[in-house]
Order: sequence, then C-alpha cells, then structure tokens
Amino acid sequence: MTVPALQLDGLRKSFGKTEIIRGIDLSISAGERHAVIGPNGAGKSTLFNLITGRFPQTSGTIRLHGHDLKGLAPFEINRMGLSRSFQITNIFPKMSVFENVRCSLLWSQGYKYSFWNMVSRSRELTEGAMEILDQINLTSRAELPAGVLSYAEQRALEIGITIAGGADVIMLDEPTAGMSHSETDYIVELIRKVTEDKTLVMVEHDMGVVFGLADRISVLVYGEIIATGRPEDVRGDPKVQEAYLGAALEAEH
Amino acid sequence: MTQTAQERAHVSAPASGITLSRLMPWIIAILFLLIMPILFGSNSAITIMNQMMITIVFALAYNMLLGQGGMLSFGHAVYMGVGGFMCMHIIRMVEKYGIPLPLPVLPLFGGLFGLGLAMIIGSFSTRKAGTVFAMISLGIGELIAACSVIIVVFFGGEEGISGDRTYGLPFFGIEFLQQKEVYYLLAFWTVLSTILMYLFSRTPVGRMANAVRDNPERAEFLGYSARWVRYFSFCASGFFAGIAGGMFAINYEILTGEQLSLIQSGAILLITFLGGVGLFFGPIIGAIVFTLLQTVLSLQTEIWQLYVGALFVAAVMFFPGGLAGVLMMHVPAIRLGKLHLLIVPYIRTLVPAVLCIIGVAVILEILFHVRHSAPGDNEMTLFWITFDSHNPVAWAIGAVLALGGFWLARMSAPDLRDAWHRANTLDGGAA
Ligand SMILES: Nc1ncnc2c1ncn2[C@@H]1O[C@H](COP(=O)(O)OP(=O)(O)O)[C@@H](O)[C@H]1O
Ligand SMILES: [Mg+2]
Repeated sequence: MTVPALQLDGLRKSFGKTEIIRGIDLSISAGERHAVIGPNGAGKSTLFNLITGRFPQTSGTIRLHGHDLKGLAPFEINRMGLSRSFQITNIFPKMSVFENVRCSLLWSQGYKYSFWNMVSRSRELTEGAMEILDQINLTSRAELPAGVLSYAEQRALEIGITIAGGADVIMLDEPTAGMSHSETDYIVELIRKVTEDKTLVMVEHDMGVVFGLADRISVLVYGEIIATGRPEDVRGDPKVQEAYLGAALEAEH
Repeated sequence: MTQTAQERAHVSAPASGITLSRLMPWIIAILFLLIMPILFGSNSAITIMNQMMITIVFALAYNMLLGQGGMLSFGHAVYMGVGGFMCMHIIRMVEKYGIPLPLPVLPLFGGLFGLGLAMIIGSFSTRKAGTVFAMISLGIGELIAACSVIIVVFFGGEEGISGDRTYGLPFFGIEFLQQKEVYYLLAFWTVLSTILMYLFSRTPVGRMANAVRDNPERAEFLGYSARWVRYFSFCASGFFAGIAGGMFAINYEILTGEQLSLIQSGAILLITFLGGVGLFFGPIIGAIVFTLLQTVLSLQTEIWQLYVGALFVAAVMFFPGGLAGVLMMHVPAIRLGKLHLLIVPYIRTLVPAVLCIIGVAVILEILFHVRHSAPGDNEMTLFWITFDSHNPVAWAIGAVLALGGFWLARMSAPDLRDAWHRANTLDGGAA
C-alpha cells in the first residue's frame, strides 16, 4: 500500500477555550484532487494553517508523505514539497510581478541562501518565471509592482506564486473567491493543468468548480468532517444536505 | 505554450546580460571620482570628498538593512565604529612591531571585524523584524557606546585612540602622506564596496531580503526562513559598515567613542532616508547632500542642525522616497520627452519657495543672534551683509521674504501641478 500524500489523525486545534478543529481524520492519496467545503467559519482556513505549519496543532498528527510535521516551520514544510495559497491575497506588493514569481522559484531551483549567484544570469530562473507569468496571463504586467494589480490579477499571481516552486502537494484556499465567471473558468482550467499528476487540496465555495475538479470531497462543519467521498456520493448524503449542501445547491438554482 | 513562453521570455523579461548602457552609470561615476581631485584640488575640498565617500559606503551598508531588508536599526554606528577601532589598533601594531601589512588592505580587516560583530549580534537580533529588532539595535548600540568609556584599553577612553597611517610599508612607493593619495585609496574602496553591495542585492539572498521586507510570512511559505534571510543581510551590512570604519580610520587617524554613539547611528538613518531607501543609489545622494550641508552649512551658521532636521521632517512628510525618489518621479516625463514643460513652472514656484526659506532662515538667525550674542554685540553678518540685529528693518525684510515668497509659491503651485499633469500624460489624452 502506498503512503498517502497527506494524513491527518485526531487533529485538534483550540484558540483559547474555543475548539475550532475538533478531531479530524483524513487521508488524501498522492495524485488526488481533494476539495474541502463547508460553511463560513467551519475551520477550513484553520485546517490549512495547521497543515502548513502556520499554527501549531493542539493535538493529533499531520503526516506529509508519511513524515510527521509536528514542530516544523512553514519553510521546512514547504521544502518537503508542500505549497499553499491564501484566502486573503498574500503577495509581495512592492516587488514587481516578475520578481514575485522569480522569488518563488529560488528555493526549488536550489539557490538556497546563495550570495554568489546573480539571479539575472540564470536562464532557468528567467524562463521559468516568464513561463509561469504566461500561464497566469500576467506577462504584460511583469514589470509592475504587484501591489497595483487589480484584485483578480492579484489572485492569479497568488496562484502563480504557489505553483511556481513545483511542489507536489498544492493547497489552494478559495482560489476563485471574488472572481467573475470567465475568470473563474480560466483559473479552474489553470489549476487543472498545473496540478496534473500532483496532489491538490482546495477550499472552494463554487459548487460548479468543486464538482468539476475534485476527485473527492470532504465536508467540514464546526470543525468536524461530516462526510468524505466522491462528489456524487457526498451530494446524495442526507447529513450533508441537511448541514450545508442543500442550502447551497438551492441557492444555486 | 512552452514555446511562446520562452519566446516571450526573450522579449519582455528584464534583460540579463551586462550591456554598455547598464555599465554606463558606473563608468561615469568612476571617471567622476577620478577627476574630482583634479577639479577641486584644495585640501578642504578633498577632506570633504573623503568624508563623503566614507559616508556613502556606510549609508549604502545601512540601506542593506533599512531599504532592502526592512530592518530599522538605531545602533548601526557600532559596526562601523568597531571596524574602525580594530583598524586603528592594527595601524598601531604595524607601527610597533613592523608587521608588513600595506595600508590599502586595511578596510578589509575593518569589514571582517564588522562582520564578526554582526554575526554575534545578528544571531539574536534578527529573530524578529520591526519594533523588536529596532529596540535590540538601540540597546546594543547604547551598550557598546557605554563600553567605550569602560574598556579604556581598547577604546582609549575620552581621547579615543590614534595612530599614524604612514608608518606602514609603502605601497608601490606610495606612503599616504598626502590627502590626495588617501582620496584615491578611499575612492577605490568606495567603488569596490558599492559594486559588491549592488551585486549582493542581485543574488538570491539579496532578492529574498526584499521579499522578507515586503511579506516575511509569505517568504516562509516559499521555503525561506525569514530569520535567516535577515541574518545574512545583517551580516553583509555589518561587513560593509566595517569597511567604512576602516576607511574612517585611514582618513582621520583617530577614533573616539563618539564614532559609536547613537548620534552617529541617528545620522546615518537620516542620511539614508533623505537620499531615499527605495532605490539602490538613494543613500549615495543622501551622503553627498548631507556631507555638503554639514561641512558648508556648519561653517556659516551655528544652527545648521535645525535646517537639516527641518529637511528631514520635510522629506519624511512630503517625499517618502527621498531625494532619489524625487529624481525618479521625473523619469516618466523624460520618457515622454516632455520634461521641458516643467522648467518654467518649476522656476516660478521654486524661486519664491527658496526666497521664503531664506526669509525664515533670516528670522531664525537674527533670533539666534539676539538671544545668544554677548550683550551689546548687536552686529551680525548674514549673506555677506552686516547689520544691526536689533534693527526692526532687518526683521521686516525677513518677514517680507518669508511671507511674500510663500504667497508667490502658492500662487504658482496650481500651474506647476497642471504642467506636471501635462508632462506625464500622453498626447492622445489618455493618462
Ligand atoms: N488566529 C485565530 N485566533 C482565534 N480564532 C481564530 C483564529 N483563526 C481563526 N479563528 C476562528 O476559527 C474559526 C474558523 O475560521 P476559519 O478557519 O477562517 O473558517 P473558514 O475558513 O472555514 O471560513 C472562526 O470562528 C474564526 O474566528
Ligand atoms: Mg477561510
């Protein structure tokens, strides 16, 4: 049996007295596209923050390719091949768009803390960054400071930065939030393309996106996963319908 | 897909090669440094220029922290100072034991000691940026400055320590007796340090310093420890500050505790900010302007620090990009070929503005004279005019200049704003 890309066992997180994540067991196998859905405040972003080392868990274990992540800093987890995007855009506003992407390539191309290489002399860096910019449709914006981009462009850059390093586990927190229909379609295509043969974990509210993209879905309500399974099974699950999906699906009609 | 991406990479990716147009500013700057002593050969001019070069290296080193790395240090003078003190000791040892160490390599040792100190202090001070870093830098600055009074063997107490740079081995026949020889030695180290600092900002860790400055958290999710990135910048900055210290030791042949003081640390912050932290060459402008103000203005008036302070406040409030930022604001107009539109409005606004500043200065100077001169000594000289400081006419002239200048400048400000807009707009009308 192969080791799952991500495995959570009895994961819990409390902020002060309130328990936000209340015992999550979840296994996501390598190459799977997994969507986490659930109402606002259910703890989806908190779950992402626990997995990526932004917050320490209160109890339980998180394993990435079988390695326990306990006590590791975000940069150490990233070096193990896990990359994430943020629900609230989190870029380098004063640096150029090109520079944003190039910086996200540095570690994966092995430069580490080098102070003897010139970044501009590396073809791999320049071409790699331009290729990402091309994919996220920001080539024409390359020289602008990232802070002046429109909201949708910043969201695209957020995804570009996340995928640039070539991590094999990609976690996207509401990648299409606030985007128009056509932008959403474009981003979904992009996500599909760049996560080919990779493990994808995403939080998403747009049910069209979820059902189109995900192999499996987990429904998170009040810090607990109430159902996990293939999209059509989850859709039919009465518990889910009651708790969340029914309302969301009705709202779609 | 990949094909087009690569094609585009050649078109719009920032050019990577070393081209003549990129080298041009460096070549011009070096030529400039070479001919300056020929144009201004007087000893006082060379003294000022030497001071300038030391300040340039120190300010650029400081900006590796402030501008590039987002670390606000209130105690950076200690790295320059300790580098300088070590160099002073080396000069003395060379003299005492006849060590065959040529003077020109001395700044390298200053750099190494600055680096050593930065490696120790940085190991805990760079853990956090922001207020924590600023406070630690202040504390360490104060601590080492206090040591200069306590550890007399090393810092020489009140008198500081001094030496004689000419006692070492002659370097290809040069003994560094003359100011000019020192000038060229300092110029060499200035150019070398500037190039190295520039190149550092182009390395992976230099680029990540910018990223950590902008958003330390996100940098961590790209595989970089924000703390280590800060640590490397900090060490590099300490190294170049130490080089500036070595240059100082060679030039002045004396170091005192004052070199370590918070006043020096504050001054370099002011200089760097005034020049502009956002651009690599900003601190160079700051160092040149500040040294000029300091040396020229301090000969003319006792309250020169007041003017420098006012300039600093004005920069913080109105030109957060510093002088370099002001210069760069004109690049779009130059690109559009419309800079000439600004000339007349500039003259019509800036001449009255300068008159206004002169008026204010006149009043301040008279006030200072009235309050601080010996009783009965009513005579003062200002702008080559000698007059009675208690004469109301002098006050009136100052007031008229100040108010009149202010009024005129205000009147023509809308025109300037208009012209600015036109100069930065394409002819088609679209911005
Ligand atoms: N750093 C924090 N400190 C305290 N409470 C937090 C923190 N982060 C999130 N929470 C709380 O955890 C709950 C879940 O938030 P979140 O994970 O952002 O939900 P979701 O992403 O599912 O909308 C919310 O009630 C929120 O207030
Ligand atoms: Mg969320």
